[in-house]
Amino acid sequence: MILIKNGIIINQNGDEKARDILVDEIILEIGENINPPKDTDCNIIDAKGGYVLPGFIDMNCEICDPGYENIEDLSTVTRSAAKGGFTSITSQPNTSPVVDNKTVVNYIISRALKLSMVNVHVYGQMTVGGEGTKIAEIGEMVTAGIAALSDGGKCVADAALLRNIMRYSSMFNIPLITTCEDPALAAKGVVNAGKVASAFGLRGIPREAEEIMVSRNIILSERTGCRIHISKVSTKGSVELVRAAKTKGVFVTCDTQPHYFTLTEDNVDGYNTLVKVKPPLRCWEDVDAIIEGLQDGTIDAISSGHTPTTIESKHREFDMASFGISSLETAFGVSYSALVTSGKMKLSQLIDKFNKYPAKILLLESKSGVEKGRDGDLVIFNPEEEHFITPPNFVSKAKFSPFGGMMVKGKLKCTIVGGEVVYMADCSV
Amino acid sequence: MSIYRKDYIGLKDMSAEEILYIIETADTMKYVLNQPNKKAPHLQGKSVVILFYENRSRTKVSYELAGQYLSANVVNMNISEKNETPGFSDLLEMGKIIDQMGADFIVIRHPVSGSAKFLASNVSASVINAGDGINENPSQALLELMTIKERMGGFKRGLKVAFIGDITHSRYAKSNIWGFLKLGAHVSVAGPPTLIPEDLESFGVEVYSDPYKAVKNADVIMGARLLAEDRYSNELPSYNEYKNMFKIDKRMLSYAKDEVIVMHPGPINRGIEIDSDVIESPQCLVDDQISNGVALRMAMLYILSMRGGIMI
Repeated sequence: MILIKNGIIINQNGDEKARDILVDEIILEIGENINPPKDTDCNIIDAKGGYVLPGFIDMNCEICDPGYENIEDLSTVTRSAAKGGFTSITSQPNTSPVVDNKTVVNYIISRALKLSMVNVHVYGQMTVGGEGTKIAEIGEMVTAGIAALSDGGKCVADAALLRNIMRYSSMFNIPLITTCEDPALAAKGVVNAGKVASAFGLRGIPREAEEIMVSRNIILSERTGCRIHISKVSTKGSVELVRAAKTKGVFVTCDTQPHYFTLTEDNVDGYNTLVKVKPPLRCWEDVDAIIEGLQDGTIDAISSGHTPTTIESKHREFDMASFGISSLETAFGVSYSALVTSGKMKLSQLIDKFNKYPAKILLLESKSGVEKGRDGDLVIFNPEEEHFITPPNFVSKAKFSPFGGMMVKGKLKCTIVGGEVVYMADCSV
Repeated sequence: MSIYRKDYIGLKDMSAEEILYIIETADTMKYVLNQPNKKAPHLQGKSVVILFYENRSRTKVSYELAGQYLSANVVNMNISEKNETPGFSDLLEMGKIIDQMGADFIVIRHPVSGSAKFLASNVSASVINAGDGINENPSQALLELMTIKERMGGFKRGLKVAFIGDITHSRYAKSNIWGFLKLGAHVSVAGPPTLIPEDLESFGVEVYSDPYKAVKNADVIMGARLLAEDRYSNELPSYNEYKNMFKIDKRMLSYAKDEVIVMHPGPINRGIEIDSDVIESPQCLVDDQISNGVALRMAMLYILSMRGGIMI
């Protein structure tokens, strides 16, 4: 049990109020001058006027466990998440073995219970082996406890198959997380098709590769009436497509990632493999469109896009370097600097992107917001304290970041999951 | 003005002054080449490692002779394309090993864009890019510039250069385009749109799909080499179709200036990229470039051996 004193809570209307919060598995009480209950062991944390925010929910994160524990494992990824303020993460199914059957789902869930510092919600692969040719045993996985179905970052190119998956899975009321990238158009591309690709002799991935699949998924959703979530929106065209679809009333949601509204293809200059991500970084007009989409609610959520790889696979020729970014620990800080410090958004709006909408999309309503009776997943955030992003201090095994050395305003001081402190700044828990 | 230079990666990061400086140094190197005793002591005691992951004997011989004429020890490393996998994964390893063996220069050709830059930032030896992926091949472009300068007596204002062919896959064309842009020339390109890099216009290049428009009033026409026919996956239907539209022939030359010169890095697909008539004509400078190539590579090695130089 934890009593947080002197915290500031942002309520639904965006009003800020100083409150004390008593939290255990769930939030027990919110009020003024709460005294710690007698005869129980209660830890008192002084928030010193910092914000008490609902714990962040990451919709797109690779845990690499089982199979690639040298890159990342459940223990490091969840500690990394805790440090980044994420109290719930999801696990992409592209592990080895692939999460396409109940056995692997059970394995991850039981392993997470042992090793994990934060809540881990398992995504099940929608096709067998992630190969995009045959529908996986969705019902079995739902029974085993998956939070959503995902394509594991690899677009299902076969529209007939995806249509069947949508219709079939609709009987389980389970979210469908899709990646949009036409494999033929993306082919061997490594950067955005355009100026930088031409200047550095690199193969490009055109925006069409994403937008064609975004529009396909929207049309499928419209026709079948099934909900669909589009992850990693990176282009202006995609934002426009989703906006039009939402206006029309299609059940489509989408997320983007911090690097798509802070960095551009120009950061590739000099073959910087740290910004080699998929989809590739685009141009300023796309960045502006994504920020606009976040402001007007076209883009529902911000996910970390944590895709760890080894530093050896980054320290290579650009074509051969792996795609990926280590971002659980930077996602909120970078987003806060880019959107709130710069005045483009209010803090409450940003929190909605990190908590309210992911909770809504993933049907985790009990984790949404700071209210009495909701899950005891909280983050204490000091908006004034400045700090440098220092990749060598990352908890994640992937200790590199294109944001390394950047000064960000606002520091996460403490992360609480289910009434337990899992991260406290300046001392490891 | 003094310049510091450890590596030659591409013309994209060179200034016009530096390009001219290399060409001028190459002119003096030509003097060495014309002596009965071609040995000059400039690189005595230095070593040059030629690390080629793709085989083009011509360029290799050119670098080898350039090193030897300047009295360097030249070692030739051949990594065949067939057992590519170990070689590929080990560029960093390979570079460090060569570095520790005391090489002063590494001349690298590699099928991946950016590999020369990657190697250069990880070794203390000077790196010369002899072609990386579909990015650049600076020496090849510099020698074309040298040949043009010789032929025209300098770079006049408003020089107009047209490139015809596969620009996307031609590092020769790309290096040349950057070089000509730096020197203030007027650059136009023509080729099938699938074989022209995207957004090339944003660098100040005029892009056409009609070669006759591109070569209008051109002083120089450069043919960019095509890949082997079967290496195109739907970017080009066939050589046959290409030659009907883009072959450089007498008729195309008639649109350019009377004294136009035609250049090509060779080997030429005769009758497809350039008509045999044109190749045999004095306007075509394919062979003249080769002797300049050795002088130019001597100049590059020499300048790097001093880690730059002083421009007058």
